[in-house]
Amino acid sequence: MSEPQSTADQLTGAQSLVRSLEEVGADVVFGIPGGAILPAYDPLYDSAKVRHILVRHEQGAGHAAEGYAMVTGKVGVCMATSGPGATNLVTPIADAHMDSVPIVAITGQVAGPSIGTDAFQEADIRGITMPITKHSFLVTHPEDIPGAIASAFHIASTGRPGPVLVDITKDALQASSGFEWPRTLDLPGYRPVTKPHTKQVREAAKLISASRRPVLYVGGGVVKAGASKELKELAELTGIPVVTTLMALGVFPDSHPQNLGMPGMHGTVPAVGALQRSDLLITLGARFDDRVTGKLSSFAPGAKVIHADIDPAEISKNRTADVPIVGDCKEVIAELVTLLRSSDTHPEISEWAHYLQDLKKRYPTGFELPDDGSLSPQHVIQRIGEMTGPDAYYASGVGQHQMWSAHYLPWELPGRWLNSGGLGTMGYCVPAAMGAKVGKPDSVVWGIDGDGCFQMTNQELVTCALEGIPVKIAVINNQSLGMVRQWQTLFYGSRYSNTDLKTNRVPDFQKLAEAMGCVGLRAEDPNDVDAVIDKALSIDDAPVVVEFVVHKDAMVWPMVAAGTSNDEIKVARDMAPIWDGETL
Amino acid sequence: MTSELSTHTLSVLVENKPGVLARVSSLVSRRGYNIESLAVGPTEYPTMSRITLAVTVDDQVLEQITKQLNKLIEVLKIVELEENAVRRELILVKVRSTAETRGQLIEIIGLFGGKVVDVTAEILTIEAVGKPEKLAAMLSLLEPYGVRELVQSGLVALGRGNRSMTDRAGRSERTKAVHAV
Repeated sequence: MSEPQSTADQLTGAQSLVRSLEEVGADVVFGIPGGAILPAYDPLYDSAKVRHILVRHEQGAGHAAEGYAMVTGKVGVCMATSGPGATNLVTPIADAHMDSVPIVAITGQVAGPSIGTDAFQEADIRGITMPITKHSFLVTHPEDIPGAIASAFHIASTGRPGPVLVDITKDALQASSGFEWPRTLDLPGYRPVTKPHTKQVREAAKLISASRRPVLYVGGGVVKAGASKELKELAELTGIPVVTTLMALGVFPDSHPQNLGMPGMHGTVPAVGALQRSDLLITLGARFDDRVTGKLSSFAPGAKVIHADIDPAEISKNRTADVPIVGDCKEVIAELVTLLRSSDTHPEISEWAHYLQDLKKRYPTGFELPDDGSLSPQHVIQRIGEMTGPDAYYASGVGQHQMWSAHYLPWELPGRWLNSGGLGTMGYCVPAAMGAKVGKPDSVVWGIDGDGCFQMTNQELVTCALEGIPVKIAVINNQSLGMVRQWQTLFYGSRYSNTDLKTNRVPDFQKLAEAMGCVGLRAEDPNDVDAVIDKALSIDDAPVVVEFVVHKDAMVWPMVAAGTSNDEIKVARDMAPIWDGETL
Repeated sequence: MTSELSTHTLSVLVENKPGVLARVSSLVSRRGYNIESLAVGPTEYPTMSRITLAVTVDDQVLEQITKQLNKLIEVLKIVELEENAVRRELILVKVRSTAETRGQLIEIIGLFGGKVVDVTAEILTIEAVGKPEKLAAMLSLLEPYGVRELVQSGLVALGRGNRSMTDRAGRSERTKAVHAV
């Protein structure tokens, strides 16, 4: 925070808001004006420090703020008017809440005296978002605006990050007051713990030293803590195998021999097998999500649990922890490294490592090319990753293409992967990619989207075209809601109720892209794949949309059916892995 | 840690700000916690309110309730009161009475330290304060006479002894609660 500023000059609430955004270092706001927020847009017009990006739908503003936050580590900001503008932000706010993304949503509200009267465009957005925000403010007086903004940014970005809503009444934006940037924040009930308890870390180190089948179960918290270097040190010091959850892809390089891949419903056989057979889960910034554990009562039945998280409420929520550690993962891991380095006993795990390496060799995650000459979606995604490289940023929507992206893109670097993990928001991809590109204008940003997801939020490509945000979007078009279709194939006797999108030139994605001011490309023949990717990579002055018309029946494997034990993982339909070495 | 249900009384010290009660009750309801009683009122500091929550849950749920409540920015401190804490509810009840039964009713009420606050030819309106078990016992004796209307406050409770919950309320209790897991 910069030096405290105050002025005896009278500012309108709107001016105070813009000034506060400048003070707090917000340089980009994604939003759409409307009646109640209108006063704020007037001074915003003059701000040299805050760039406003006019989106086409408020949901886009919210996801763009998330994308921006994910790649910059700063707080993303979105702005909307009251009523429908605010309710359109609900989905991205919920998304940010589930995936712990620091965003601040600023909404206009009807004038104070009108609150509660069912006024035009009135919605109790604070009430609506209470369950899906880390905190929220309703500001009715102009002098309270700087304090609310300063607190909102602080709360959003510290501890376990998350979304904060600041709802400001129109009369508060119009009225005048002095401007005083707060010297201290009045948040007596907010004291996130970042420094782990030494005794707990010592207990953890003891368990690690005594373990025979330990696994580092690494989640998104390690990405947010910026602890990939510390993690690598810990892993290499001890030789303990690593699994990285969907939210953690890249925090430990995929190419590292100790990386067993992603655990969970669509996890790799070695990652799922390692957790199930482990005697010690060293859980770092992960939360035992049901998509990771499968049937909870049969998850990692023989394992003791070390659980480190910055949010105490995550610890022992789903799985009881033997050693709970509350703290920032970077500090926890660094302390563990120090303790284990000076310890003379290291875990004896060579047999375990050997078993898992063997599993990894026997069950690599792979796919077969369709024999009808159509495109393989996995191959397309793999080629995009290979030709673009690990330094690019990749966003995805939700569904099969998301899982294939998780499996086949090059996850070598932390923080390169943006997806909707917790909420599973279809439509996340395009606006999130837009936000990421705004945050990292010199990097390549790919969105790997499905034809279903793309049709939910593609309007933001207009924003990209007009605002000079040259993202690249691959539409993996299997003409259906692929993941739902896969479940219908497996669990509903191939009755494809309402999953056939019939996306065969309706819409014509190439033309749609062009209509929105983007470059539109298409590949239908396997031989064209590399050429269109190459073409897309060569364009850096306009957004590009590449439609890949792919095989409809490709499925995501491996898979643990919902509600079953991870031991029931299948590597392909009706095909279970053989777990040798049960005597370990 | 046991999975047996038991009743707990939580005192939750919160900032006295609009919407705090909504946050607490919405959290309790959306996470599916079963609460028996929730009462809120001012404290000796105008900036703080105190919520008393009575819950019958197992230890794991109790831990989650405490941790989730602690995540609310406006929650300052949570204390689980001991068994011997002073726990009180207020009950107001209208009971049918006739010239014959009035004497009996007044005797019952007297046994429980209650008071008659209004009287008509057919109705006695009774006020009583006590721990929940005591009020329940009184009610069961009144019921045969015919309860016409009943209203009851939530439970409020205070720990015994010299200490005050608001002592050091500005300091971190969260860390303590967490490491005590």
